[in-house]
Amino acid sequence: MQMTVVGATNDAPVEDEADVALRARSISAWYGTKLAIRDVSLDFRRHSISAIMGPSGCGKTTFLRCLNRIHESALGARTTGEVMLDGTNIYDPDVNPVVTRRRIGMVFQRPNPFPTMTIFENVVSGPRYTGLSGNPRELRDIAEEALRGAALFDEVKDKLDDPALSLSGGQQQRLCIARALAVQPEVLLMDEPTSALDPLSTLKIEELMEQLATAYTVVIVTHNLQQAARVSHYAAFMLGDADRVGSVIEYAPTQQIFTHPTDRRTEDYITGRFG
Amino acid sequence: MSIELDSHRTLTAARGRAAQRGLTTRQAVADRAFRVALLGATLLFVALVAGLFIELVHGSWESIVTFGAGFLWSSEWNPVTNHFGALPFIYGTLVSSAIAIVIAGVVGISAAVFLAEFAHPVVARPVSFFIELLAAVPSVVFGLWGLFVLAPILGHTVEPFIQRYLGFLPFFSGPIYGVGLFTAGLLLALMIVPTVSAIARDLIQAVPNELREASIALGATRWETATRIVLPSARSGIVGACVLALGRALGETIAATMVIGNRPAISASLFAPGYTLSSVIANEFTEATSSIYLSALLELGLILFVVSVVVNGCARILMWSMLRSQGRRS
Repeated sequence: MQMTVVGATNDAPVEDEADVALRARSISAWYGTKLAIRDVSLDFRRHSISAIMGPSGCGKTTFLRCLNRIHESALGARTTGEVMLDGTNIYDPDVNPVVTRRRIGMVFQRPNPFPTMTIFENVVSGPRYTGLSGNPRELRDIAEEALRGAALFDEVKDKLDDPALSLSGGQQQRLCIARALAVQPEVLLMDEPTSALDPLSTLKIEELMEQLATAYTVVIVTHNLQQAARVSHYAAFMLGDADRVGSVIEYAPTQQIFTHPTDRRTEDYITGRFG
Repeated sequence: MSIELDSHRTLTAARGRAAQRGLTTRQAVADRAFRVALLGATLLFVALVAGLFIELVHGSWESIVTFGAGFLWSSEWNPVTNHFGALPFIYGTLVSSAIAIVIAGVVGISAAVFLAEFAHPVVARPVSFFIELLAAVPSVVFGLWGLFVLAPILGHTVEPFIQRYLGFLPFFSGPIYGVGLFTAGLLLALMIVPTVSAIARDLIQAVPNELREASIALGATRWETATRIVLPSARSGIVGACVLALGRALGETIAATMVIGNRPAISASLFAPGYTLSSVIANEFTEATSSIYLSALLELGLILFVVSVVVNGCARILMWSMLRSQGRRS
């Protein structure tokens, strides 16, 4: 039973073209010869939080990893399609993926601070790589701003030279967010950023996401429906077919997708009938 | 069905009682026996090292009493007049091993980074296999190759070339023989490079991929990721690999003997012939007719033993302090 379509099409819930920060067009991704996602097209609105949800194995993480071209860093992994960032296709042969990744930051499922570095060194590792700054004073400022941006500064300001691993899991994840912010990206990709954290740390990061959305375009992958409903402005639902090839079933403003899903499969998923 | 359920209940109850009472007798005995066996195996090593040390001291006692501490800094080695000193051998051992570990460290770690981080598995697997195969080549074969292939090449081409441009440095001055400290160091480097690169490669591969991805996502190149994130994460282990390799270089006897020149002299030039502790023991053991001669050779063995222990100890302290400065990783 197909419900009537209410306003939204699959790939363009963002009405105003100029509001689109990141536009994925017909992204397909392979691991070796195995097709993981087919023909995914989504637009991400500037300074908003877009959630990609779906059951395990639907390719939502793979898709996210295509958005900053980190998918192709795995052996045998391949991507086709386009991702437009400010009018430039990041998959254009002339575009260097290393430079692109500085504009599109990423936070991973499990906190992964660099274990050999202090808190401070972790935050400034990006700027140091990119040659953005080598000046110690400037780096201090960058670190403070990034840590404030990640709502961690007050907790660590007196122990910046402690090892990063001395922090709790939730703090480590916020440190990773600060590390991503220090490169001053435009887009922040978050791959199930709270799935390894306790409820309290999760809450803190969700609050942080709302702040981040005022300055960054945030795309979050989550299998937690409540989280998607709580934090996101737009939500996409992805599902794998019989061959476990993922594609987008529905993409709409979050409110709408949770109250009036247009596709039966979306409705089944959000009402907990599967997945 | 009900019987099954009953037996299940009984079993559960029995387990509960056993848990309350503690271990069964059989478990307790097995546990104790196991612990004693493990302790015995461990103590065996301690006893072995202690026994070796005591025997060496005992055997070299005559030489220790006769020459005193002067044995360590005397350069004389004269079986005819029965005057013995260890300095040229200590020097030869330390210098040839130092050359070996510097070269093997640089080459081995570079190869490991390439194999683990950059090479496609199609290339990396066979190459890794061949490097490990190198470790299986007997040292006497290395020695033959060193004497008949490596030494002439070094003596005719490489060393004159280095001397032409760097001859003003004392290390590269003086006559060239082909055999000598440099040749021995290079040959030892080839022999220990598989140890360094194989262990380093495994350690680099063991660095969690999450760290690589974190670095790449920040806009680092693969080179930056390898040198700033991956290598530091594996650093202490790689130092350990180098220590292991150094231990082998210090004790390596036959290959060093064949290419080092076997002359108990100290020369600033690395191109000059030298002698190592292990080489002189191996070469002169059968000719040691007087008891003081034999005792002096045993004292050289004692020194080699102590040098190896001290080098290992220093490296361990180094590793330990590096781990601490890296910040108490749990």
